[in-house]
Amino acid sequence: MRNVATLAWKDLRVEFRSREILYTMAFFGAMVLLIFSFAFVKADGVVADVIPGMLWVAVAFAGTLGLSRAFERERESETMRGLLLAPTSRTAIFLGKAVSISVFMLIVEAVVVPLVVLLFQAPLFEHPLLLVTILILATLGFSVVGSVFAAMLLRVRSRDVLLPVVLYPILVPLLIAGTKATAAILPVGITGATDLETAYFWLRFLLVYDLIFIVVALWTFESLVIE
Amino acid sequence: MKRAIIYVLAALCGAGFFYTLNQIFYGTPIDKLLYFNQKIFYYHVPNSFALFAAVFTCGISSILFLRRREGRFDDVALAAGELAVLFGGAMMITGAVWAKAAWNVWWAWDARLTTALLLWMTMIGYMLVRKYAGQSGERLAAGLAIFGMANVPLIYYSVKIWRTLHPETSVVPTLDPSMRLAFWSSVLLFLGFYTVLLVARVSQVRARRRMREVWERGLDAGILE
Repeated sequence: MRNVATLAWKDLRVEFRSREILYTMAFFGAMVLLIFSFAFVKADGVVADVIPGMLWVAVAFAGTLGLSRAFERERESETMRGLLLAPTSRTAIFLGKAVSISVFMLIVEAVVVPLVVLLFQAPLFEHPLLLVTILILATLGFSVVGSVFAAMLLRVRSRDVLLPVVLYPILVPLLIAGTKATAAILPVGITGATDLETAYFWLRFLLVYDLIFIVVALWTFESLVIE
Repeated sequence: MKRAIIYVLAALCGAGFFYTLNQIFYGTPIDKLLYFNQKIFYYHVPNSFALFAAVFTCGISSILFLRRREGRFDDVALAAGELAVLFGGAMMITGAVWAKAAWNVWWAWDARLTTALLLWMTMIGYMLVRKYAGQSGERLAAGLAIFGMANVPLIYYSVKIWRTLHPETSVVPTLDPSMRLAFWSSVLLFLGFYTVLLVARVSQVRARRRMREVWERGLDAGILE
Protein backbone atom coordinates (compact mmCIF):
# COMPACT_ATOMS: atom_id res chain seq x y z
CA MET A 1 0.00 0.00 0.00
CA ARG A 2 2.80 2.39 0.80
CA ASN A 3 4.47 1.39 -2.45
CA VAL A 4 1.34 2.37 -4.30
CA ALA A 5 1.41 5.80 -2.73
CA THR A 6 5.12 6.20 -3.44
CA LEU A 7 4.70 5.22 -7.07
CA ALA A 8 1.71 7.47 -7.58
CA TRP A 9 3.53 10.33 -5.88
CA LYS A 10 6.52 9.79 -8.16
CA ASP A 11 4.30 10.13 -11.25
CA LEU A 12 2.63 13.20 -9.89
CA ARG A 13 5.94 14.85 -9.04
CA VAL A 14 7.34 14.13 -12.49
CA GLU A 15 4.20 15.61 -13.95
CA PHE A 16 4.14 18.72 -11.80
CA ARG A 17 7.68 19.51 -12.88
CA SER A 18 6.83 19.63 -16.58
CA ARG A 19 3.02 19.76 -16.47
CA GLU A 20 3.14 18.36 -19.99
CA ILE A 21 0.33 15.84 -19.70
CA LEU A 22 -1.97 18.14 -17.77
CA TYR A 23 -1.62 21.06 -20.15
CA THR A 24 -2.02 18.96 -23.28
CA MET A 25 -4.97 17.02 -21.86
CA ALA A 26 -6.78 20.14 -20.68
CA PHE A 27 -6.14 21.94 -23.95
CA PHE A 28 -7.31 18.96 -25.93
CA GLY A 29 -10.47 18.64 -23.82
CA ALA A 30 -11.25 22.32 -24.37
CA MET A 31 -10.60 21.89 -28.08
CA VAL A 32 -13.02 18.97 -28.30
CA LEU A 33 -15.66 21.13 -26.62
CA LEU A 34 -15.02 23.90 -29.12
CA ILE A 35 -15.44 21.53 -32.05
CA PHE A 36 -18.70 20.31 -30.54
CA SER A 37 -19.88 23.88 -30.24
CA PHE A 38 -19.52 24.31 -34.00
CA ALA A 39 -21.62 21.23 -34.53
CA PHE A 40 -24.34 21.65 -31.93
CA VAL A 41 -24.81 25.28 -31.00
CA LYS A 42 -27.65 26.87 -32.88
CA ALA A 43 -28.17 30.59 -33.27
CA ASP A 44 -30.44 30.72 -30.23
CA GLY A 45 -28.29 28.76 -27.82
CA VAL A 46 -27.49 25.15 -27.06
CA VAL A 47 -29.36 21.94 -27.59
CA ALA A 48 -29.33 20.86 -23.97
CA ASP A 49 -29.60 17.15 -24.74
CA VAL A 50 -26.06 16.91 -26.02
CA ILE A 51 -24.30 18.39 -23.01
CA PRO A 52 -23.65 15.10 -21.15
CA GLY A 53 -22.42 13.55 -24.39
CA MET A 54 -20.07 16.44 -25.05
CA LEU A 55 -18.70 16.34 -21.54
CA TRP A 56 -18.01 12.62 -21.60
CA VAL A 57 -16.54 12.49 -25.07
CA ALA A 58 -14.18 15.31 -24.09
CA VAL A 59 -13.23 13.49 -20.89
CA ALA A 60 -12.74 10.15 -22.65
CA PHE A 61 -10.60 11.62 -25.44
CA ALA A 62 -8.49 13.67 -23.08
CA GLY A 63 -8.13 10.64 -20.80
CA THR A 64 -6.90 8.45 -23.65
CA LEU A 65 -4.36 11.10 -24.55
CA GLY A 66 -3.04 11.32 -21.00
CA LEU A 67 -3.03 7.56 -20.65
CA SER A 68 -0.82 6.88 -23.63
CA ARG A 69 1.46 9.78 -22.72
CA ALA A 70 1.90 8.66 -19.11
CA PHE A 71 3.05 5.24 -20.22
CA GLU A 72 5.01 6.54 -23.19
CA ARG A 73 7.07 8.53 -20.73
CA GLU A 74 8.07 5.36 -18.88
CA ARG A 75 9.01 3.72 -22.16
CA GLU A 76 11.06 6.61 -23.50
CA SER A 77 13.32 6.83 -20.51
CA GLU A 78 13.37 3.04 -20.06
CA THR A 79 12.10 3.45 -16.52
CA MET A 80 9.42 0.79 -16.88
CA ARG A 81 12.12 -1.84 -16.63
CA GLY A 82 13.39 -0.14 -13.51
CA LEU A 83 9.90 -0.14 -12.05
CA LEU A 84 9.41 -3.80 -12.83
CA LEU A 85 12.76 -4.65 -11.26
CA ALA A 86 11.96 -2.67 -8.13
CA PRO A 87 11.29 -4.77 -5.03
CA THR A 88 7.57 -4.31 -5.19
CA SER A 89 4.71 -6.29 -6.62
CA ARG A 90 3.46 -5.55 -10.11
CA THR A 91 0.06 -4.95 -8.59
CA ALA A 92 1.50 -1.98 -6.73
CA ILE A 93 2.99 -0.59 -9.94
CA PHE A 94 -0.35 -0.95 -11.64
CA LEU A 95 -2.30 0.65 -8.81
CA GLY A 96 0.20 3.48 -8.58
CA LYS A 97 -0.23 4.23 -12.27
CA ALA A 98 -4.01 4.00 -12.02
CA VAL A 99 -4.03 6.42 -9.08
CA SER A 100 -1.79 8.97 -10.77
CA ILE A 101 -3.79 8.85 -13.99
CA SER A 102 -6.99 9.28 -11.98
CA VAL A 103 -5.52 12.41 -10.44
CA PHE A 104 -4.52 13.79 -13.86
CA MET A 105 -7.97 13.14 -15.20
CA LEU A 106 -9.72 14.68 -12.21
CA ILE A 107 -7.64 17.83 -12.59
CA VAL A 108 -8.54 17.99 -16.27
CA GLU A 109 -12.20 17.43 -15.43
CA ALA A 110 -11.96 20.32 -12.98
CA VAL A 111 -11.12 22.45 -16.03
CA VAL A 112 -13.49 20.88 -18.55
CA VAL A 113 -16.64 20.78 -16.42
CA PRO A 114 -16.63 24.51 -15.54
CA LEU A 115 -15.88 25.20 -19.20
CA VAL A 116 -19.00 23.30 -20.21
CA VAL A 117 -21.00 25.30 -17.69
CA LEU A 118 -19.46 28.55 -18.86
CA LEU A 119 -19.63 28.04 -22.61
CA PHE A 120 -22.98 26.32 -22.88
CA GLN A 121 -24.82 27.68 -19.83
CA ALA A 122 -25.29 24.09 -18.70
CA PRO A 123 -26.91 23.81 -15.26
CA LEU A 124 -24.47 21.10 -14.22
CA PHE A 125 -23.95 22.33 -10.69
CA GLU A 126 -27.50 21.67 -9.56
CA HIS A 127 -26.27 18.69 -7.55
CA PRO A 128 -22.54 19.31 -7.14
CA LEU A 129 -21.90 16.40 -4.81
CA LEU A 130 -23.58 13.90 -7.10
CA LEU A 131 -21.71 15.24 -10.11
CA VAL A 132 -18.39 14.92 -8.32
CA THR A 133 -19.20 11.36 -7.25
CA ILE A 134 -20.13 10.40 -10.80
CA LEU A 135 -16.93 11.93 -12.13
CA ILE A 136 -14.75 10.24 -9.52
CA LEU A 137 -16.27 6.80 -10.02
CA ALA A 138 -16.10 7.01 -13.80
CA THR A 139 -12.55 8.33 -13.71
CA LEU A 140 -11.50 5.49 -11.45
CA GLY A 141 -12.96 2.87 -13.80
CA PHE A 142 -11.42 4.59 -16.80
CA SER A 143 -7.94 4.71 -15.34
CA VAL A 144 -8.06 1.13 -14.04
CA VAL A 145 -9.07 -0.36 -17.39
CA GLY A 146 -6.92 2.13 -19.27
CA SER A 147 -3.79 1.40 -17.23
CA VAL A 148 -4.04 -2.32 -17.91
CA PHE A 149 -4.28 -1.83 -21.65
CA ALA A 150 -1.76 0.99 -21.86
CA ALA A 151 0.73 -1.12 -19.90
CA MET A 152 0.15 -4.10 -22.16
CA LEU A 153 0.57 -1.98 -25.26
CA LEU A 154 3.87 -0.59 -24.05
CA ARG A 155 5.95 -2.94 -26.17
CA VAL A 156 3.64 -2.97 -29.15
CA ARG A 157 4.60 -1.14 -32.32
CA SER A 158 1.29 0.51 -33.22
CA ARG A 159 0.24 1.25 -29.64
CA ASP A 160 -1.16 4.72 -30.28
CA VAL A 161 -3.68 3.39 -32.76
CA LEU A 162 -4.48 0.24 -30.85
CA LEU A 163 -5.15 1.84 -27.46
CA PRO A 164 -8.51 3.37 -28.42
CA VAL A 165 -9.36 0.28 -30.44
CA VAL A 166 -9.06 -2.02 -27.45
CA LEU A 167 -10.08 0.47 -24.79
CA TYR A 168 -13.36 1.93 -26.02
CA PRO A 169 -15.35 -1.29 -26.43
CA ILE A 170 -14.55 -2.11 -22.82
CA LEU A 171 -15.36 1.41 -21.66
CA VAL A 172 -18.77 1.57 -23.31
CA PRO A 173 -20.83 0.67 -20.21
CA LEU A 174 -18.89 3.24 -18.21
CA LEU A 175 -19.51 5.95 -20.78
CA ILE A 176 -23.19 5.04 -21.02
CA ALA A 177 -23.51 5.20 -17.24
CA GLY A 178 -21.61 8.48 -17.03
CA THR A 179 -23.65 10.11 -19.76
CA LYS A 180 -26.97 8.89 -18.42
CA ALA A 181 -26.16 9.87 -14.85
CA THR A 182 -25.08 13.34 -15.95
CA ALA A 183 -28.22 13.69 -18.04
CA ALA A 184 -30.31 12.65 -15.03
CA ILE A 185 -28.93 15.40 -12.77
CA LEU A 186 -29.49 18.09 -15.39
CA PRO A 187 -32.73 19.97 -14.71
CA VAL A 188 -35.18 19.33 -17.50
CA GLY A 189 -37.71 21.75 -18.97
CA ILE A 190 -39.41 24.66 -17.26
CA THR A 191 -40.07 22.79 -14.03
CA GLY A 192 -36.37 22.18 -13.55
CA ALA A 193 -36.98 18.68 -12.23
CA THR A 194 -34.04 16.30 -11.98
CA ASP A 195 -34.30 12.56 -12.08
CA LEU A 196 -32.35 11.62 -8.97
CA GLU A 197 -33.52 8.03 -8.86
CA THR A 198 -32.04 7.38 -12.29
CA ALA A 199 -28.86 9.15 -11.24
CA TYR A 200 -28.51 6.89 -8.20
CA PHE A 201 -29.13 3.83 -10.35
CA TRP A 202 -26.28 4.74 -12.70
CA LEU A 203 -24.12 5.63 -9.75
CA ARG A 204 -24.56 2.13 -8.38
CA PHE A 205 -23.89 0.78 -11.84
CA LEU A 206 -20.61 2.70 -12.00
CA LEU A 207 -19.65 1.31 -8.63
CA VAL A 208 -20.29 -2.26 -9.80
CA TYR A 209 -18.36 -1.61 -13.01
CA ASP A 210 -15.40 -0.28 -11.04
CA LEU A 211 -15.41 -3.21 -8.64
CA ILE A 212 -15.61 -5.82 -11.40
CA PHE A 213 -12.82 -4.32 -13.42
CA ILE A 214 -10.58 -3.64 -10.45
CA VAL A 215 -10.86 -7.34 -9.63
CA VAL A 216 -10.28 -8.44 -13.22
CA ALA A 217 -7.37 -6.01 -13.59
CA LEU A 218 -5.66 -7.11 -10.38
CA TRP A 219 -6.17 -10.70 -11.37
CA THR A 220 -4.75 -10.39 -14.87
CA PHE A 221 -2.19 -7.59 -14.63
CA GLU A 222 0.55 -9.80 -13.30
CA SER A 223 0.45 -12.13 -16.28
CA LEU A 224 -0.34 -9.53 -18.92
CA VAL A 225 2.51 -7.10 -18.62
CA ILE A 226 5.57 -8.11 -20.51
CA GLU A 227 9.15 -8.16 -19.22
CA MET B 1 -9.36 -40.90 -36.02
CA LYS B 2 -9.83 -37.29 -35.03
CA ARG B 3 -9.58 -36.28 -38.64
CA ALA B 4 -12.19 -38.85 -39.61
CA ILE B 5 -14.64 -37.48 -37.05
CA ILE B 6 -14.23 -33.99 -38.46
CA TYR B 7 -14.79 -35.20 -42.01
CA VAL B 8 -17.93 -37.01 -40.92
CA LEU B 9 -19.13 -33.92 -39.07
CA ALA B 10 -18.44 -31.78 -42.12
CA ALA B 11 -20.40 -34.17 -44.32
CA LEU B 12 -23.25 -34.13 -41.81
CA CYS B 13 -23.24 -30.35 -41.90
CA GLY B 14 -23.44 -30.41 -45.69
CA ALA B 15 -26.39 -32.76 -45.57
CA GLY B 16 -27.88 -30.85 -42.64
CA PHE B 17 -27.89 -27.66 -44.64
CA PHE B 18 -30.23 -29.19 -47.20
CA TYR B 19 -32.29 -30.83 -44.50
CA THR B 20 -32.86 -27.54 -42.65
CA LEU B 21 -33.65 -25.71 -45.88
CA ASN B 22 -36.33 -28.27 -46.59
CA GLN B 23 -37.58 -28.11 -43.01
CA ILE B 24 -37.71 -24.33 -42.95
CA PHE B 25 -39.58 -23.89 -46.18
CA TYR B 26 -41.79 -26.96 -46.21
CA GLY B 27 -41.81 -28.31 -42.68
CA THR B 28 -42.89 -25.24 -40.72
CA PRO B 29 -46.07 -23.19 -40.82
CA ILE B 30 -46.12 -19.57 -41.94
CA ASP B 31 -45.97 -17.20 -38.98
CA LYS B 32 -49.28 -15.53 -38.14
CA LEU B 33 -47.86 -12.06 -37.59
CA LEU B 34 -44.70 -11.90 -39.64
CA TYR B 35 -45.71 -14.18 -42.50
CA PHE B 36 -42.93 -15.37 -44.70
CA ASN B 37 -40.16 -13.15 -43.38
CA GLN B 38 -40.15 -15.03 -40.08
CA LYS B 39 -38.22 -17.77 -41.93
CA ILE B 40 -34.95 -15.91 -41.44
CA PHE B 41 -35.34 -16.58 -37.72
CA TYR B 42 -34.07 -20.13 -38.40
CA TYR B 43 -30.75 -18.71 -39.55
CA HIS B 44 -30.49 -15.52 -37.56
CA VAL B 45 -30.79 -17.08 -34.11
CA PRO B 46 -28.52 -20.11 -34.75
CA ASN B 47 -25.91 -17.64 -36.03
CA SER B 48 -26.03 -15.82 -32.74
CA PHE B 49 -25.68 -19.15 -30.91
CA ALA B 50 -22.54 -19.79 -32.92
CA LEU B 51 -21.30 -16.28 -32.15
CA PHE B 52 -21.68 -16.82 -28.42
CA ALA B 53 -20.06 -20.24 -28.62
CA ALA B 54 -17.11 -18.64 -30.42
CA VAL B 55 -16.81 -15.76 -27.96
CA PHE B 56 -16.83 -18.07 -24.97
CA THR B 57 -14.35 -20.45 -26.59
CA CYS B 58 -12.11 -17.45 -27.23
CA GLY B 59 -12.45 -16.09 -23.69
CA ILE B 60 -11.92 -19.40 -21.91
CA SER B 61 -8.94 -20.40 -24.01
CA SER B 62 -7.49 -16.93 -23.41
CA ILE B 63 -7.73 -17.50 -19.66
CA LEU B 64 -6.10 -20.89 -20.07
CA PHE B 65 -3.38 -19.36 -22.23
CA LEU B 66 -2.54 -16.75 -19.61
CA ARG B 67 -2.55 -19.39 -16.90
CA ARG B 68 -0.51 -22.07 -18.59
CA ARG B 69 1.39 -20.16 -21.25
CA GLU B 70 0.94 -22.92 -23.80
CA GLY B 71 0.66 -21.95 -27.41
CA ARG B 72 -2.09 -24.42 -28.20
CA PHE B 73 -4.65 -22.46 -26.14
CA ASP B 74 -3.65 -19.35 -28.02
CA ASP B 75 -4.27 -21.12 -31.34
CA VAL B 76 -7.79 -21.99 -30.25
CA ALA B 77 -8.42 -18.42 -29.06
CA LEU B 78 -7.28 -16.98 -32.38
CA ALA B 79 -9.39 -19.37 -34.44
CA ALA B 80 -12.44 -18.78 -32.25
CA GLY B 81 -11.92 -15.02 -32.44
CA GLU B 82 -11.96 -15.14 -36.24
CA LEU B 83 -15.08 -17.26 -36.22
CA ALA B 84 -16.79 -14.88 -33.79
CA VAL B 85 -16.24 -12.06 -36.28
CA LEU B 86 -17.54 -14.26 -39.09
CA PHE B 87 -20.70 -15.48 -37.35
CA GLY B 88 -21.24 -12.03 -35.84
CA GLY B 89 -21.16 -10.56 -39.33
CA ALA B 90 -23.67 -13.11 -40.58
CA MET B 91 -25.86 -12.40 -37.58
CA MET B 92 -25.72 -8.65 -38.22
CA ILE B 93 -26.66 -9.05 -41.88
CA THR B 94 -29.53 -11.48 -41.30
CA GLY B 95 -30.67 -9.34 -38.38
CA ALA B 96 -30.68 -6.15 -40.46
CA VAL B 97 -32.64 -7.85 -43.24
CA TRP B 98 -35.17 -9.17 -40.78
CA ALA B 99 -35.43 -5.85 -38.96
CA LYS B 100 -36.18 -4.10 -42.24
CA ALA B 101 -38.97 -6.57 -42.94
CA ALA B 102 -40.42 -6.71 -39.44
CA TRP B 103 -39.80 -3.24 -37.95
CA ASN B 104 -39.26 -1.33 -41.20
CA VAL B 105 -35.82 -0.11 -40.10
CA TRP B 106 -32.41 -1.61 -40.83
CA TRP B 107 -31.16 -0.93 -37.36
CA ALA B 108 -32.66 0.05 -34.00
CA TRP B 109 -30.78 1.11 -30.86
CA ASP B 110 -32.30 -1.61 -28.80
CA ALA B 111 -30.64 -3.38 -25.87
CA ARG B 112 -29.98 -6.68 -27.54
CA LEU B 113 -28.87 -5.18 -30.82
CA THR B 114 -26.48 -2.78 -29.14
CA THR B 115 -25.04 -5.51 -26.93
CA ALA B 116 -24.49 -7.78 -29.90
CA LEU B 117 -22.94 -4.95 -31.90
CA LEU B 118 -20.53 -4.06 -29.11
CA LEU B 119 -19.59 -7.68 -28.59
CA TRP B 120 -18.91 -7.97 -32.30
CA MET B 121 -16.89 -4.74 -32.24
CA THR B 122 -14.85 -6.09 -29.33
CA MET B 123 -14.07 -9.18 -31.38
CA ILE B 124 -13.09 -7.04 -34.37
CA GLY B 125 -10.81 -5.09 -32.01
CA TYR B 126 -9.41 -8.44 -30.91
CA MET B 127 -8.62 -9.35 -34.51
CA LEU B 128 -7.00 -5.95 -35.10
CA VAL B 129 -4.77 -6.55 -32.10
CA ARG B 130 -3.89 -10.03 -33.33
CA LYS B 131 -3.01 -8.69 -36.73
CA TYR B 132 -1.19 -5.46 -35.96
CA ALA B 133 0.21 -5.73 -32.46
CA GLY B 134 3.13 -7.90 -33.55
CA GLN B 135 5.34 -9.76 -31.09
CA SER B 136 3.54 -9.30 -27.81
CA GLY B 137 0.09 -9.18 -29.36
CA GLU B 138 -0.89 -12.62 -28.09
CA ARG B 139 -1.01 -11.66 -24.47
CA LEU B 140 -2.61 -8.32 -25.16
CA ALA B 141 -5.30 -10.04 -27.19
CA ALA B 142 -5.85 -12.57 -24.42
CA GLY B 143 -6.31 -9.70 -21.98
CA LEU B 144 -8.76 -8.03 -24.31
CA ALA B 145 -10.74 -11.25 -24.68
CA ILE B 146 -11.00 -11.66 -20.90
CA PHE B 147 -12.01 -8.03 -20.37
CA GLY B 148 -14.44 -8.29 -23.23
CA MET B 149 -16.05 -11.37 -21.71
CA ALA B 150 -16.38 -9.70 -18.31
CA ASN B 151 -17.91 -6.77 -20.11
CA VAL B 152 -20.78 -8.63 -21.76
CA PRO B 153 -23.20 -8.64 -18.81
CA LEU B 154 -22.33 -5.03 -18.04
CA ILE B 155 -23.06 -3.89 -21.57
CA TYR B 156 -26.24 -5.89 -21.53
CA TYR B 157 -27.60 -4.33 -18.36
CA SER B 158 -26.46 -0.84 -19.23
CA VAL B 159 -28.24 -0.84 -22.57
CA LYS B 160 -31.24 -2.76 -21.32
CA ILE B 161 -32.58 0.34 -19.64
CA TRP B 162 -33.50 1.60 -23.07
CA ARG B 163 -36.67 0.29 -24.62
CA THR B 164 -36.65 -3.20 -26.01
CA LEU B 165 -37.95 -3.95 -29.47
CA HIS B 166 -36.28 -7.27 -29.90
CA PRO B 167 -38.34 -10.33 -29.01
CA GLU B 168 -37.68 -11.57 -25.51
CA THR B 169 -35.56 -14.66 -25.13
CA SER B 170 -38.71 -16.44 -23.98
CA VAL B 171 -39.50 -16.85 -27.67
CA VAL B 172 -37.24 -19.85 -27.92
CA PRO B 173 -38.64 -21.99 -25.06
CA THR B 174 -42.24 -21.18 -26.02
CA LEU B 175 -41.69 -21.90 -29.68
CA ASP B 176 -44.55 -23.56 -31.48
CA PRO B 177 -43.91 -27.33 -31.62
CA SER B 178 -44.22 -27.32 -35.39
CA MET B 179 -41.32 -24.87 -35.60
CA ARG B 180 -39.21 -26.49 -32.95
CA LEU B 181 -37.69 -29.25 -35.06
CA ALA B 182 -36.55 -26.91 -37.82
CA PHE B 183 -35.17 -24.42 -35.31
CA TRP B 184 -33.18 -26.84 -33.20
CA SER B 185 -31.84 -28.74 -36.17
CA SER B 186 -30.67 -25.42 -37.53
CA VAL B 187 -28.98 -24.58 -34.22
CA LEU B 188 -27.32 -27.96 -34.25
CA LEU B 189 -26.24 -27.41 -37.83
CA PHE B 190 -24.64 -24.08 -37.05
CA LEU B 191 -22.88 -25.34 -33.94
CA GLY B 192 -21.60 -28.32 -35.90
CA PHE B 193 -20.48 -26.04 -38.70
CA TYR B 194 -18.75 -23.85 -36.13
CA THR B 195 -16.94 -26.87 -34.69
CA VAL B 196 -15.75 -27.98 -38.11
CA LEU B 197 -14.46 -24.52 -38.97
CA LEU B 198 -12.84 -24.17 -35.55
CA VAL B 199 -10.97 -27.45 -35.78
CA ALA B 200 -9.85 -26.76 -39.33
CA ARG B 201 -8.64 -23.28 -38.48
CA VAL B 202 -6.93 -24.38 -35.28
CA SER B 203 -4.85 -26.92 -37.15
CA GLN B 204 -3.80 -24.24 -39.64
CA VAL B 205 -2.89 -21.76 -36.94
CA ARG B 206 -1.02 -24.42 -35.01
CA ALA B 207 0.94 -25.44 -38.08
CA ARG B 208 1.91 -21.82 -38.67
CA ARG B 209 3.01 -21.38 -35.06
CA ARG B 210 5.09 -24.55 -35.16
CA MET B 211 6.74 -23.44 -38.37
CA ARG B 212 7.66 -20.20 -36.71
CA GLU B 213 8.97 -21.98 -33.63
CA VAL B 214 11.09 -24.32 -35.70
CA TRP B 215 12.39 -21.37 -37.68
CA GLU B 216 13.33 -19.53 -34.50
CA ARG B 217 15.02 -22.60 -33.10
CA GLY B 218 16.94 -22.91 -36.34
CA LEU B 219 18.03 -19.31 -36.07
CA ASP B 220 19.14 -19.83 -32.48
CA ALA B 221 21.12 -22.90 -33.42
CA GLY B 222 22.79 -21.03 -36.24
CA ILE B 223 21.59 -23.44 -38.92
CA LEU B 224 19.49 -20.82 -40.64
CA GLU B 225 20.27 -17.26 -41.30
